[in-house]
Amino acid sequence: MSFTINGKNFDDTPAPGQCLRTFLRQLGHFGVKKGCDAGDCGACTVHLGGEPVHSCLVPAFRTEGHEVTTIEGLADGNDLHPMQRAFLDAQGFQCGFCTAGMIMTAASLNQAQRADLARSMKGNLCRCTGYRAIDDAIAGRYETEAAKAGEGVGHNVPAPAGHAVVTGKARFTLDVAVEGLQHIKLVRSPHAHARIRAIDKTAALAVPGVGAVLTFEDAPTAAFSTARHEVREIDVDDTKVLDNVVRFIGQRVAAIVADSEAAAEEGCRKLIVDYDILPAVFDPEHAMADGAPVIHDKGKDSRILDPKRNIVADVHGNYGDVEAGFAAADAVHESTYVVPRVQHAHLETLAAIAWLDDTGRLNVRSSTQVPFLTRQELARVFALDEAKVRVLCERVGGGFGAKQEMMVEDIAALAALKTGKPVKIEFTREEQFIAATTRHPMKVHIKIGAKRDGILTAIQMHVVSNTGAYGNHGGPVLEHACSASISVYRCPNKKVDGYAVYTNTVPAGAFRGYGLPQTSFAVEQAIDEVARAIGIDGLEFRRRNVVKPGEPMIGAHVSPDDVIYGSYGLDQCLDLVDEAMRRPATHDTLSADWLTGQGAALTMIDTVPPGGHYSDTHIWLEADGGYGMTVGTAEFGNGTSTVHVQVAATVLQTTPPRVRFTQSDTDHNGHDTGAYGSTGTVIAGRATQAAAEALRDTLLTFAAAHSGTARERCTLTEDAVLCAGKTFALSELHKAAQAAGIDLATHGKADGSPRSVAFNVQGFEVAVNRISGEIKILKSVQAADAGFVINPMQCRAQVEGGVAQALGAALFEEVMIDDHGRVANPSFRNYHIPAFADVPRTEVLFAKTSDRLGPFGAKSMSESPYNPVAAALGNAIRDATGVRYTRLPFKPDRIQAQLPRLG
Amino acid sequence: MDLNTISEIARPTARDALPKWRVGDAYLGGGTWLFSEPQPRLKRLIDLTTLGWTPLTASADGLEIAATCTVAQLDAFAPPPAWTAAPLINQCCKAFLASFKIWNTATVGGNICMSLPAGPMISLTAALDGVALLWAQDGSARRVPVTEFVTGPLRNVLQPGEVLRSILLPISALSGRAAFRQISLANYGRSGALVIGTLAADGAFALTVTAATPRPIKLTFDTIPTTKDLQTRIDAEIPVGQWYDDIHGAPAWRRHMTLHFAQEIQEEIRDELNGTAR
Repeated sequence: MSFTINGKNFDDTPAPGQCLRTFLRQLGHFGVKKGCDAGDCGACTVHLGGEPVHSCLVPAFRTEGHEVTTIEGLADGNDLHPMQRAFLDAQGFQCGFCTAGMIMTAASLNQAQRADLARSMKGNLCRCTGYRAIDDAIAGRYETEAAKAGEGVGHNVPAPAGHAVVTGKARFTLDVAVEGLQHIKLVRSPHAHARIRAIDKTAALAVPGVGAVLTFEDAPTAAFSTARHEVREIDVDDTKVLDNVVRFIGQRVAAIVADSEAAAEEGCRKLIVDYDILPAVFDPEHAMADGAPVIHDKGKDSRILDPKRNIVADVHGNYGDVEAGFAAADAVHESTYVVPRVQHAHLETLAAIAWLDDTGRLNVRSSTQVPFLTRQELARVFALDEAKVRVLCERVGGGFGAKQEMMVEDIAALAALKTGKPVKIEFTREEQFIAATTRHPMKVHIKIGAKRDGILTAIQMHVVSNTGAYGNHGGPVLEHACSASISVYRCPNKKVDGYAVYTNTVPAGAFRGYGLPQTSFAVEQAIDEVARAIGIDGLEFRRRNVVKPGEPMIGAHVSPDDVIYGSYGLDQCLDLVDEAMRRPATHDTLSADWLTGQGAALTMIDTVPPGGHYSDTHIWLEADGGYGMTVGTAEFGNGTSTVHVQVAATVLQTTPPRVRFTQSDTDHNGHDTGAYGSTGTVIAGRATQAAAEALRDTLLTFAAAHSGTARERCTLTEDAVLCAGKTFALSELHKAAQAAGIDLATHGKADGSPRSVAFNVQGFEVAVNRISGEIKILKSVQAADAGFVINPMQCRAQVEGGVAQALGAALFEEVMIDDHGRVANPSFRNYHIPAFADVPRTEVLFAKTSDRLGPFGAKSMSESPYNPVAAALGNAIRDATGVRYTRLPFKPDRIQAQLPRLG
Repeated sequence: MDLNTISEIARPTARDALPKWRVGDAYLGGGTWLFSEPQPRLKRLIDLTTLGWTPLTASADGLEIAATCTVAQLDAFAPPPAWTAAPLINQCCKAFLASFKIWNTATVGGNICMSLPAGPMISLTAALDGVALLWAQDGSARRVPVTEFVTGPLRNVLQPGEVLRSILLPISALSGRAAFRQISLANYGRSGALVIGTLAADGAFALTVTAATPRPIKLTFDTIPTTKDLQTRIDAEIPVGQWYDDIHGAPAWRRHMTLHFAQEIQEEIRDELNGTAR
């Protein structure tokens, strides 16, 4: 059949049931993305006959005789379409995975639709930005600026990949054409707990196109954790590539490798698995009780704390005497707070391509935050020399912690090693919900006491964290949850008991905030209740009780010696929010059915995870006088690539576009712990700063010798070195160095210790409808202590995105588990993440501090803006309604159910 | 998404060319639901859009909406001024969870045949006394009121191979009065309750409850009832336990909002009548 794509004629016939999205990608249009494959996210939006459509829902055969326009065809030659230009100018993207669809939709809007973006953009989901930057783009507002030479940091420098993102050319994991690519589909367990007696592969192998069926009998026996950390021993070894015991509905049972997805799917349907069904347990408190089914009957070498009671890890701390503290208190609040499962919902699903190169080396191209740690573990599990494994990623379509796991690379590696062919695995959106990871659901029992003068006397917290069927991140998340949530308060008596517990449900894992949002939901609401009981304003109560520089930080443990107050802006953040909340909110007049109130909450976070966090940057002068650079850390929308270029350009006295770089490839040598724990700026940026400083020194030394000038009379400029008034172009110096056999290349590294602390304070003014339970956010303010802000616009966008994602968890999101342990709502249609209409504009205010440790005084600011949001919202709702809601999310039906009856 | 078990597409251009129905067949309208979920049991799609049905036909009898009329076509329809209940059309289109882009392909018939509680085309056509015309495999036809067409979540009266051809909204309903209320747990989300009140020329009042119940419930009254009568009737015909329960709203909340909306609707229509009377 014939049709045109971007003005070019095509004559191809799709498979009968093929959708337009995969057909376009098959024909090389990789700008068309898959976010959900179900018409909910809009990442695959194209124009069909001039009308915007979700190409995943359009039968490809209907393209016959029509004109299709994809993001690749929107520009007029080299001239960007005005909407592409607008998104580039306003930086209306972070990871960029949703951007093509966002632009294709925005470009199609008429005047009326542009005036109602809340409605007209509802079919395009972005998980990163919080939509403010997208709103700015469509409205034509922007603040980006071209930095002058040597002035990169502190300015709104645009992301280096911006042009590629808005034109659909930025390559994400699967945006490559691979000759002879094989497809993996996974057979998943229908049972919450079962032992596999036997698997009959015959019928599956007989499906035309199926090349291999891989089961536990084909997989290595080494146990590991999907969680990736610098120190692998902090996670438990309880997982196998393929196991003969399944512990949750959705666990992998077998991998079918075929020459098409269709054949692999058919192979999955044909595989016969004989299960011996075992008793299952879904509630963590039941799982800890006597007589509960044992989920992991494993020995000490697994490092599981107490396998018989399903306890992965625990945390205990006891300082002072909490009973005496409560006895001395004038007001005590005690309650249980429940935080459910939520999903990261990064738009690019987990995916990898693996192949063996000519030397027999295993290559894995993956959507990962941790390529180096994944290489280490792949080598360990498959008993390969690390030199025989390469892991890389290009642009990663969102992560939020979900890609600090080895969830697909191992099975891709197994298939590549067994078949010798290039293989691909791509999670469906449903698989993301039923078989990836979620945030750890937690039940937090909190008791806080204070005296009449507003001084805390005791804090006691009991935490039960549900880690699901596997213990990845279970222990470290629990530790983190029980640390800064209470160590931010000075209080003589503290007691903490926490348990991370197995259940036969989808595993939990790393998630933005790493446990702190869950416990802070309890702590910050309890603080609010105690302040109310005493009659002191919540922010003032906090001012009196927060730790100040020099004071010990005591959570479940006394903070390690390497956590210091590198800078302290919590006092400023409290004041900034206090002032902002006193300014009247601007909103439409509300009827008498709306009850209004205000609330705030604070959080503290270590700027770097414990146990060492390493990064390497290599930088060199290139022949044209520009700079080349490799950095280890991955870009998944956190914006750190921009920061690296800014840092290097500043040190090297040049402009950001003159610094070119590639990243996140183990072939770049060195070691990078990974893009997690908000380290992309503070650790990797530090490595880049060190590398650039070393190169600057090397260049000046070489130029001095080359020109015969004293080194102190040599200065670096944008593209040259000035030696006593004489200009030596960098390209010239490069040539001279080459001739002299000198390598103008240097290396910088950072090790992640000591560490500092960063702060966030969120304030909300809300209106709650006393009839329907609906919530309107009238004002949202966040103050952040990010130290020196290297890129104000980008850092603000991180805060906006964090607030938006947290509002999703606060208002809508909950992965529901039914009575059989099955995820009941595995789609965006039934798991609502914030859309354009759901996110208010947040006023973002920065404390003015400069950190002693981070590059140019910067601190981390990518996870933490998420952390105080749900509690602040709970406090505002309490203020408005008089009701303390102790369970997330705050959905209208739940709010309404507890509102006092109308008189 | 790709429906990899599909091996054949039938594209009939006339009724007598519709293939004989067999196991593994599905009728294809816009495809916006079919292509949004795995359909491993399906082998053949029978495209209805090639039959060339006129999307909308306005006449003295009312408005005939072809099953293949897209939501966008319906939303763009300009009704005659005498059709005082016609604003419901836009209101119901806006009640879609799906965005305007989906409206370009999704069909009115597809939404009705999906028979989800929150299907806004069900709300619209049920409230406006819509009658569905069904074509059987043997060449016969039958007419079924939309309120009886949908029998439960994802359930309806269609027999294997039977086609929804069109829905007729009678002129009597289109020229009456209507009031609309809708709520969902998220902004512009899937409806948790969608309630429509209608008043006919002869003074008869009807309340159509959708989204809050597993199937559309239409309560009819000879005149505008009092708030108390209305609430008594709702509680009698939709007892506790029969409100829809899924992630898009707790049953108690759906009942609470329906009762509240019923009262508002009754007051709105009464006020409007009084205003007109003055």
